[in-house]
Amino acid sequence: MPVTTYIDAIKEGIWEEMEKDERVFILGEDVGIYGGAFKVTKGMLDKFGPMRVIDTPISESAIVGAAIGAALVGMRPVAEMQFIDFISCAFDQIVNFAAKCRYRWGAGVPIVVRGPSGGGVHGGPFHSQNPEAYFFNVPGLKIVCPSTAYDAKGLIKAAIRDPDPVLYFEHKFLYRRIKEDLPTEDFVVPIGKAAIRRQGEDLSIITYGAMVYKALEAAEALAGMGIDVEVLDLRSILPLDEEAILATAKKTSKVIVLHEATLTGGPGGEVVARIAEKAFEYLDGPIVRIAPPDTPVPYSPPLEEAFLPQTMDIVEKAKKLAAY
Amino acid sequence: MVDRQSMSTKKSRYMHVPDDETKVRMLHFMKLVREIEDRIEKKLYRQGRIVGGVYVGRGQEAISVGTAIHMEKDDVVAPSHRDMGVFLMRGVTPRRIIAQYMGRRTGLTRGRDGNMHMGDMNYNVIAFVSHLGDNVPVAAGVALAFKQRGQKSVALCYNGEGATSRGDWHEGINFASVHKLPVAYFINNNAYAYSTPMELQMAVKDVAIRAEGYGIPGEVVDGNDILAVYDSAKRAIDLARSGGGPSIVEYKTFRMTGHSAHDDAGYVPPELFEEWKRKDPITRFEGTLLEEGAVTEARIDEMQKECALIVDDAVEWAEQQPYPAPEEVTKDVYYEG
Amino acid sequence: MAKPSTSDYTVAVPEGLELDRTGRLELYYFMALNRKLEERLGLLYRQNKVVGGLYSSLGQEACSVGTAYALGHGDFLAPMIRNLGSLLVRGVRPTDVMAQYCARAIGPTRGKDLNVHFGWVERGLIAPISVVGALIPVMAGIALEMKMHGKKNIVLTYIGDGGMSTTDFHEGMNFAGVHKLPMILVVENNLWAYSTHVSKQANVKDLAVRAEGYGCYGEIVDGNNVLAVLDATRRARARCLSGGGPVMLEAKTFRRKGHAEHDDAGYVPAAERAEWEKKDPIDAYRRFLIDRRIVDSPDEIDEIDAKIVAILEAAADEALSAPFPDPSIATENVYG
Repeated sequence: MPVTTYIDAIKEGIWEEMEKDERVFILGEDVGIYGGAFKVTKGMLDKFGPMRVIDTPISESAIVGAAIGAALVGMRPVAEMQFIDFISCAFDQIVNFAAKCRYRWGAGVPIVVRGPSGGGVHGGPFHSQNPEAYFFNVPGLKIVCPSTAYDAKGLIKAAIRDPDPVLYFEHKFLYRRIKEDLPTEDFVVPIGKAAIRRQGEDLSIITYGAMVYKALEAAEALAGMGIDVEVLDLRSILPLDEEAILATAKKTSKVIVLHEATLTGGPGGEVVARIAEKAFEYLDGPIVRIAPPDTPVPYSPPLEEAFLPQTMDIVEKAKKLAAY
Repeated sequence: MVDRQSMSTKKSRYMHVPDDETKVRMLHFMKLVREIEDRIEKKLYRQGRIVGGVYVGRGQEAISVGTAIHMEKDDVVAPSHRDMGVFLMRGVTPRRIIAQYMGRRTGLTRGRDGNMHMGDMNYNVIAFVSHLGDNVPVAAGVALAFKQRGQKSVALCYNGEGATSRGDWHEGINFASVHKLPVAYFINNNAYAYSTPMELQMAVKDVAIRAEGYGIPGEVVDGNDILAVYDSAKRAIDLARSGGGPSIVEYKTFRMTGHSAHDDAGYVPPELFEEWKRKDPITRFEGTLLEEGAVTEARIDEMQKECALIVDDAVEWAEQQPYPAPEEVTKDVYYEG
Repeated sequence: MAKPSTSDYTVAVPEGLELDRTGRLELYYFMALNRKLEERLGLLYRQNKVVGGLYSSLGQEACSVGTAYALGHGDFLAPMIRNLGSLLVRGVRPTDVMAQYCARAIGPTRGKDLNVHFGWVERGLIAPISVVGALIPVMAGIALEMKMHGKKNIVLTYIGDGGMSTTDFHEGMNFAGVHKLPMILVVENNLWAYSTHVSKQANVKDLAVRAEGYGCYGEIVDGNNVLAVLDATRRARARCLSGGGPVMLEAKTFRRKGHAEHDDAGYVPAAERAEWEKKDPIDAYRRFLIDRRIVDSPDEIDEIDAKIVAILEAAADEALSAPFPDPSIATENVYG
């Protein structure tokens, strides 16, 4: 089993799907000769040729729109946003065209829109965002946020094979920091299924993306204080794995919801609401949300550090919650 | 009474001229479009039998009919909201169109969307969204798939002149031109986008001049002369099919109604309606066909009656159709197998 | 500064250009300051003092300086990533730029944003965002206010060959055209948008041909000749002020470095790069100053260069001795 980084897992996933299914192709800015700003698509132009690896003008709306059109006539496009921050330029095509076709007129739009999201790399306000919440309120879309190399590969494959539009938010902080042995045989990670990353009895942290690692670090620290933490990695946020959310809430009776998207209107609110509606009587304490403050993502290291949830923030809040 | 004879069009100017059978077929479809839309707007809507808004293309029938007539089976079309002729020519029945307007289960969108917001990939018709110009990159994407697969099909895409102000229009046409995609872009320039006249929409007389900025052919054509439409559309579609890439054809026409049925278009100077009424594309084409002897007055009257009967039947059928069941509201947001 | 090259590329003087000796020397000063500041930033980058990416306008200094120099008091300017020179002409201090790049508390955004992403409305400078094209409708809005109030001012902003493909370019330019707004859009065609050559960006040779489609005046100018750029921008400004509507000015130039410092631009053909290196705008302008006897001797230019080096050293000292921002400001100023 070869050791694969998170970024290579994404690439391998796309690569294998392109080898297996000639309907799959990629399009985006600088994805061809340059191999993508982060090199996710490196080598694909040589392997698959310019008809399946398409460098586009700086036109996000056209990138997604063209992906929709090709999908309507049987293709399986994977559109790259150079940084996921630029997905706002394609908002209309995603939410009004792609997401509504099936419901309105029965036409499936099997597209994947993917790109690097997230902070921690001093990218500033326009190269660090976590825009999943913009799309969380759009029925017809699916949203996945892998945290491991295994999931990165399994979810990109699932996204490409999915009959509906999938937004695939990869986390650039994890690109080369995370690696693991991956099976050589074909596998997918089902969309909409969460995974327990750490079993625990006293308290649950429900999270996704790069924050999974902050949660695990906090869990280790808390273990030393006698607090046994369970970490649930949502993996997909649309649809949410409600069963897994309720199961961990009922098991530990104390829940922290953690994400890198800003607090107000972030996906965590929905997780909290589901637990409040369906597992209220199991709770032994208030549900705690941990997320960045409601500001843009700042650039300077001390500011960005203050913005992003840190392990010690989680430890402190968990200690308080555990005391209930 | 408009004098049909005096309004004939000269056919000799065109590279592509339809045969008599095709001409009569086009006249039939233009009249059918007019009849359906008149019935919907002037009768059913006012009687409260239509659900939601009504957008018609009265005065613009030559454009959808004269372009879509060139479509081959595997071609794909992305019409806009005044292109009823496209649906009929692709084989969508008036019954299903009226059912769509009435919000019934058997309308093209099964009651999920209204009026011209309809499509069906079984007919290769892509449904329009209200966000004008969104279909421009989508049509480019269809054409991209054709090119990738080496398929000799083309995509057709329609918009009004108002939609040309949207970024999607620019991004889509630029993308199609860079990649030389097989797509023809048709602009129904009907002089008004809701209440906004041309001079507040753009600082140019002919939006087709923008074609130069994309390095593709652009042409301005009389959109009320179906033979001119037929000819120009054929050239644009042939160009795309032969690998020559996209082009823009701007059809000059006039919206002989308000933006939608609720809008009395009081902002349009009445003399413009008068002027354009004299250029009515159906009356004009009838004049030509009479002059050529391709039809008789009696045949025209007969065609009118045939269209009325088709629409009578469609309305009757549609009204017997069930509404969708309330429990269907949550169906088909995602694939359900 | 740079060694005189053997290139035969020369600075042609536009007919009728009025510019006194001080002006001619100022153009040199700003171009040289632009280049040397970027070189100094490059050093800071390699010393890990620059926190984020570093963007260079090497070879494009004449575009920034020539355009900004044509502006008048009360005009508004919005730079793109390669318009550091425009900011210097409009009064931004090298200290501001270094502190911004190095994420210090005294930087214009106090460490909240990076590179040239800063502005001051009261000084007529609008901060760009990373989404290229977004400035165009915004600047059109400022021009609309000028028109509404009969102000004798204009707005000027930039777009690259890549940015011409965006929604906002199209919508902004069309809006400016319809309302005949006093706006100059400088199309800085440097042939490369990241790794994408202009031929993959647009199916036309000259991007300025798009002007006509918006009912605007379009002109092409040698972007490496600062005098030509200045002259064309002055004429464009006069046209805007006389109610002639927006102008699209395409400056032909070349991006001599990668998209940013991390990018070695291996995708750019070496011959193309070599050809443009011979047309260096500062070398050519230096030769012009000497050949036309604008300066008495090359020493005079060397003195300007030395002054710039001193300014930059002082600026670097000031910027680097400033602290990083206090974490407490992270949540400030989201609202007024």
